[in-house]
Amino acid sequence: MAKDIPDPIAPEKLIEEVLSAYPAKAAKKRARHLGVAQPAAEGDTEIVSKCDTVKSNVKSVPGVMTIRGCAYAGSKGVVWGPVKDMVHISHGPVGCGHYSWSQRRNYYTGTTGVDSFVTMQFTTDFQEKDIVFGGDKKLEKTIDEINELFPLAKAVSVQSECPIGLIGDDIEAVARKKKTEIGKTIVPVRCEGFRGVSQSLGHHIANDAIRDWVLEGEGSDYEVSPYDVNIIGDYNIGGDAWSSRILLEEIGLNVVGSWSGDATLAEMENAPKAKLNLIHCYRSMNYICRHMEEKHGVPWMEYNFFGPSQIAASLRAIAAKFDETIQANAEAVIAKYQPLVDEILAKYKPRLEGKSVMLYVGGLRPRHVATAYHDLGMEIVGTGYEFAHGDDYKRTGEHIKEGTLIYDDVTGYELEKFIETMRPDLVGSGIKEKYPTQKMGIPFRQMHSWDYSGPYHGYDGFAIFARDMDLAINNPVWGMFDAPWKKSA
Amino acid sequence: MPQSADKVLDHAKLFHEPEYKEMLDNKRAKYENAAPAPQVTEILDWTKSWDYREKNLARTALTINPAKACQPLGAVFAAAGYEGTMSFVHGSQGCVAYYRSHLSRHFKEPASAVSSSMTEDAAVFGGLVNMVDGLANTYALYSPKMIAVSTTCMAEVIGDDLNSFILQAKEKESVPADFDVPFAHTPAFVGSHVDGYDNMQKGILGHFWKDAKRKENTSINIIPGFDGFAVGNIRELNRMLGEMGVKATILSDVSDVYDTPSDGEFRMYDGGTKLEDAKKAVNAKATISMQEYCTKKTLALCAEVGQETAAFHYPMGIQGTDELLMKISELTGKPIPDSLTLERGRLVDAMADSQSHLHGKTYAIYGDPDFVYAMARFVMETGGEPTHCLATNGTKAWAKKMQALLDSSPFGANCQVWAGKDLWHLRSILATEPTDMLIGNSYGKYLERDLGIPLIRLTFPIFDRHHHHRFPTWGYQGGLTVLVKLLDTIFDKLDSDTGTLGETDMSFDLTR
Repeated sequence: MAKDIPDPIAPEKLIEEVLSAYPAKAAKKRARHLGVAQPAAEGDTEIVSKCDTVKSNVKSVPGVMTIRGCAYAGSKGVVWGPVKDMVHISHGPVGCGHYSWSQRRNYYTGTTGVDSFVTMQFTTDFQEKDIVFGGDKKLEKTIDEINELFPLAKAVSVQSECPIGLIGDDIEAVARKKKTEIGKTIVPVRCEGFRGVSQSLGHHIANDAIRDWVLEGEGSDYEVSPYDVNIIGDYNIGGDAWSSRILLEEIGLNVVGSWSGDATLAEMENAPKAKLNLIHCYRSMNYICRHMEEKHGVPWMEYNFFGPSQIAASLRAIAAKFDETIQANAEAVIAKYQPLVDEILAKYKPRLEGKSVMLYVGGLRPRHVATAYHDLGMEIVGTGYEFAHGDDYKRTGEHIKEGTLIYDDVTGYELEKFIETMRPDLVGSGIKEKYPTQKMGIPFRQMHSWDYSGPYHGYDGFAIFARDMDLAINNPVWGMFDAPWKKSA
Repeated sequence: MPQSADKVLDHAKLFHEPEYKEMLDNKRAKYENAAPAPQVTEILDWTKSWDYREKNLARTALTINPAKACQPLGAVFAAAGYEGTMSFVHGSQGCVAYYRSHLSRHFKEPASAVSSSMTEDAAVFGGLVNMVDGLANTYALYSPKMIAVSTTCMAEVIGDDLNSFILQAKEKESVPADFDVPFAHTPAFVGSHVDGYDNMQKGILGHFWKDAKRKENTSINIIPGFDGFAVGNIRELNRMLGEMGVKATILSDVSDVYDTPSDGEFRMYDGGTKLEDAKKAVNAKATISMQEYCTKKTLALCAEVGQETAAFHYPMGIQGTDELLMKISELTGKPIPDSLTLERGRLVDAMADSQSHLHGKTYAIYGDPDFVYAMARFVMETGGEPTHCLATNGTKAWAKKMQALLDSSPFGANCQVWAGKDLWHLRSILATEPTDMLIGNSYGKYLERDLGIPLIRLTFPIFDRHHHHRFPTWGYQGGLTVLVKLLDTIFDKLDSDTGTLGETDMSFDLTR
């Protein structure tokens, strides 16, 4: 490595140093978002309260290079975009749809442009006149044109970009009118980018739109059984929902709805008929689970399919909600995959054991993948969320060790300093963080897109996860940063 | 069980295993409410018909797969080419995450920019506080030499006045009074990223030149324009200028910031046009734009201060490079050296060696207006025939200019120009009137998949191939790179068409 390993610095000291670079007002604000995982308070039996002191889900400080996105990204990019047999209109100027076009790797099967549309960019491409005179007429015409050119599209969603809410368009009226005219589900989504403080409100708004405009639909014609479940909050990045589904089916459950990776409109409509909602990304889809629980009486539970310990624990917990047959199946499935797990650990653990990891990701991963790293003998030294709420941090404590650095809505400056000072063996974050980190000589994996790899869920995914962490850390390139004729300082 | 530690299968292979195929078939049959396969085939065939093409081309409201981005992306790119400059985009924060990601995915490099993170309250009250706090924070944290302010559409719709906001921020000591904070309004609902580039360049140069007493000297300025190959191209341009002994100021030089080394240090800023040089550039005799459609307003500013101006359309190939060098020679009085004449001869030699494979090949070309112009021209120089030329951000005036170019050569006789059309239009056009090859960017891979027309990636953005942008496409040397890409595609296609053992391989020739 090009730089000598510095003396270890206490995380508290590091936070103090980082904050000293800010103007006073910003330093005060940022101080609330940086912390170190503490032991549970006296008398508090729940270890989960460890990092609940972080104040999250508040506005980003201007000018600091937040890594966050916006409500549109949360709705179109995360929740709605993967629903494959619908056309999702990026309603407004051209940019939002352009930058988010085909970037999330939401895998799907189907014939793109005919019965599936995930990797296409549909936009009303607002011009100045649309801003001045409003875009409702254009939206109506757009929906007509979609209906003509894509007859197999089952529905249309309208993903609002910033101007829509500012110019006073009535997209709900357009949606109702068009639904009556063409007989297809039209979903208006008020996910303008200026709403809320991050992607998170976009998830919530998208969930509400499903509740209000989708859930009363007919769904598909299938035989309802007592073993029907939905996968909720798995966006099938690199095929994650598929390597999860295969396990659930193996233990005898039927996945009647996949939300929203590789989903169809009918699958979303099927959901309330299921016996149980299994939620992977709690942050982005807990809202609709709570709704289905209240309205349709469908209970929900969280699970974690990253890494063998959590997969086994989750399979058992899921099976416990069903009868003995399913429970026996779960044990059989865990046993079936144990040799694979053993092989993976035998091959990769010696190469990864003791390596330190820093994470900075979104939804569930800052806690969910921690345990997969633990399975490989790796240690999480810092983790944080782009857009978590208090309940996410509550759920994090049990997965991390005391002394772990915690950062909420981290800024470019902070993350660079943390990485530079702590010099972990691996950083897992996004595309914007990848290249600065690698320039410092530190291996990196994109943990939003799986760095164009995946799936990482399930047993099949764990093999890929282990391989990828190994290839990132143990590539020879990291040893070539110093020219031999330059003496190390 | 398909997976093993010995041979780990990832997405590329895993989902083709029988277990997964069966699972996905079952999902489709039971739960998806999918259209029956014959109906899918019927519609698929219809999407490639003339009937569909007519309906598709008649669209007036819906845009599908447009080959253009929005203004602030161009502004961020232009600002990145100035020494120590941080882009500060005023408005919603998600936009900035998008620009940074987009640029990083293409260049495989860091792309830094900040946002003023405006939210609902700012939508109501305006974003002044965000500007005041934001500039102070950016200045303190990232120690820029200059902060270049542009806008997202949110700030434009609510009508925030950058000039007044920046003045007020300076009064409140967010940044020192004499600190450079040029700005440009860059509404996403006007034009595209090439206009954002133009507006930011005009904003920066206008800022530096505002009160300057111009004292003309013999130097020239060159504005590269928005270019995904900027890393290779600007270096090649500088090399050619060096060969000529010409000292020119590149206005916005991103070649270093988007190509920093891996040596243990993250350089947020690297290289770029020195701010001092940008100031002095007002004294230049002339300003040359490498891309007219990226610099209309900026060149008007140059003309206003008294400079001679010249604009090219992304000079590529023989004539494009000839004209550029002759213009530089004319403006500076420096002759074109033998070394460049030799390079020219070598490119012509390569084209002559390969002409039999290039002659008569047909191409669809899409991209930004200047690129499409240049590419069509170079293709015609090789004896190829541009057949469809499309620019989503091309205007009627561009189409006219394209037509004049095509009319200048018999090889342009069969070409249709598509201004303002998108890549879904192009799908219909190519399904009904196919070409041998398609030239564009990574988004073209969907057309390649759907229609079987080989794609050559020669313009921004290129996400799915690495490092092409490190090699120039400008100049005679760049011409070689482009030529080889065309030829490799032709030969690869020929080999795959004749490469089935015992069936098509009678003409699987060793020498071609």
